[in-house]
Amino acid sequence: MKMDQEWVSPQTLHIDTPLEMVSGSVLPQYDLVYETYGQLNDTASNALLICHALSGNHHVAGYYEGDKNPGWWHAYIGPGKPIDTDHFFVVCSNNLGGCHGSTGPASINPRTGQVYGPDFPIVTCKDWVHSQNQLRQHLNIDRWAAVIGGSMGGMQVLQWAIDYPDQLQHAIVIAAAPKLSAQNIAFNEVARRAIMTDPDFHNGRFIEANTTPKKGLALARMLGHLTYLSDDMMGTKFGRELREGKLSYSFDVEFQVESYLRYQGEKFATKQNFDANTYLLMTKALDYFDPAAEFDNNLSHALAKATAQFLVISFTSDWRFAPERSREIVKALLDNDAEVSYAEVNSQHGHDAFLLPNDHYEGIFRAYMKRILADTCAEGASS
Amino acid sequence: MSSRQPEFNLISEWILPNSRVLDLGCGDGTLLHHLKETRQTTGYGMEIDPEKNIVAISRGINVIQSNLNSNDICSYFDEDSFDYVIMTQALQVVSRPDLLIDEMLAVGKEGIITFPNFGHWRNLSRLFFQGRMPQNATLPNPWYNTANIHLCTFSDFEDLCEEKDVAIVERKVVNSQHQSSLITHLSPNLLGEVALYRIKRKPKIESSSSN
Repeated sequence: MKMDQEWVSPQTLHIDTPLEMVSGSVLPQYDLVYETYGQLNDTASNALLICHALSGNHHVAGYYEGDKNPGWWHAYIGPGKPIDTDHFFVVCSNNLGGCHGSTGPASINPRTGQVYGPDFPIVTCKDWVHSQNQLRQHLNIDRWAAVIGGSMGGMQVLQWAIDYPDQLQHAIVIAAAPKLSAQNIAFNEVARRAIMTDPDFHNGRFIEANTTPKKGLALARMLGHLTYLSDDMMGTKFGRELREGKLSYSFDVEFQVESYLRYQGEKFATKQNFDANTYLLMTKALDYFDPAAEFDNNLSHALAKATAQFLVISFTSDWRFAPERSREIVKALLDNDAEVSYAEVNSQHGHDAFLLPNDHYEGIFRAYMKRILADTCAEGASS
Repeated sequence: MSSRQPEFNLISEWILPNSRVLDLGCGDGTLLHHLKETRQTTGYGMEIDPEKNIVAISRGINVIQSNLNSNDICSYFDEDSFDYVIMTQALQVVSRPDLLIDEMLAVGKEGIITFPNFGHWRNLSRLFFQGRMPQNATLPNPWYNTANIHLCTFSDFEDLCEEKDVAIVERKVVNSQHQSSLITHLSPNLLGEVALYRIKRKPKIESSSSN
């Protein structure tokens, strides 16, 4: 199947099993929107689950009909690519609380008939994994050949390995951290304040007020975007370059980097129409992520039950989730004598590197996926 | 067959089946793969070179990309995590071989080290008669472009072990074809080209817990 030539389209799974959330809230029913690529084999041993990052969604690869832009990880997923859809059945769902089709703050609360808005319960990484497990069952997949994710998605992979050790064979954790640092949380808090202090936020009821807190959301995105880039890369790309070629001694956009950041914020808040309540929820889920907390703050103990084989990847210029944070994960896995490989990819692109082409990254990824393929073939043959 | 296969065969003879092995500077994972196949070992490799990491991963080897010069092996592994910690042809390229030996014997019950003998008669004669740094099969690169920054002789190495209270359990001295002969036994420091050492920490008389 040639994904580049065929359109992809999302599907929706309606789940009636109530979800008991970590916060204590119960979601009586919910939808998960997801996309699949490639074919599930007879033994269902070639299924991969991709977990998306903060502002990502289920559209991970391929093109929608009439859309010029492919899914967010199209460079790595498709026929002949590191995640080869000629061999693997790839699944990606939009996280609960999202704003791209899965039940979230912009959905109608069946109990009130009104939009959830700020009443949507606080959702955690654990809740996402539990809801995705429903999707796994629906697709009749006993065990994922691998669960793969970058950034927030990488944390979700860790949660999968901890909560459902028997339901995944491999775990690929990219540009992630075992928990957020105070600085990470601080950045999230500033982003949330930007949104919540926007006069158009209306305490989260902006949809009823027929508006959106665009300014706050754009600011939040500008800040977030900053943490995705490295100083080096910004220096190379923008330096102190001026838009007009000379200083105007005003508060207008003068430096190229200002223009770029404003554009990114604008695009996110208007064109992509990202829901502000979803942004708040996702950043909160990140802040709360800390699987070691339940185990006396001992990450090694948290990962003791994980049986998956791990590939952990970090990027040298990533300061949001720096290589040291990935090494914490690796060390905890080594404490458990787990099967783990670790690559520290040399890149100038900061946190964003996990989405961008890079020979070393791609080489490692490709080699490891071939290993998974060999495992799944061996399993398919034996069962 | 890799040119280092004979060396790997010799190492393999020392490894008990089902052992846990750490290979420092594991390269493309050839040795670990060989030990996995012939001795059913488990464990990890550590290697800094991205290209070699890719090959090791495709061979099914668990490899941790890391720099042996950062001397952080003890932060990755607990004491006595491995039956053997192996380092082939890497002693002479690291910035502090002495510290690495400490690390090896902290996380491993036994260490296996191989390195080229700088004291081989051909090296010495080139220095003595031509006044130039040796260049040959075991030391192929010129002095200005070599990774071998800490070349030593077998005697130097054995002095270091003595100083560090490290016991030499076994030693094999071979020529560049990895054959040992009566001649290499006769005067190893002069006639051996490559040495393989099995080392172990001597039982401590008093514990010096400085860290």
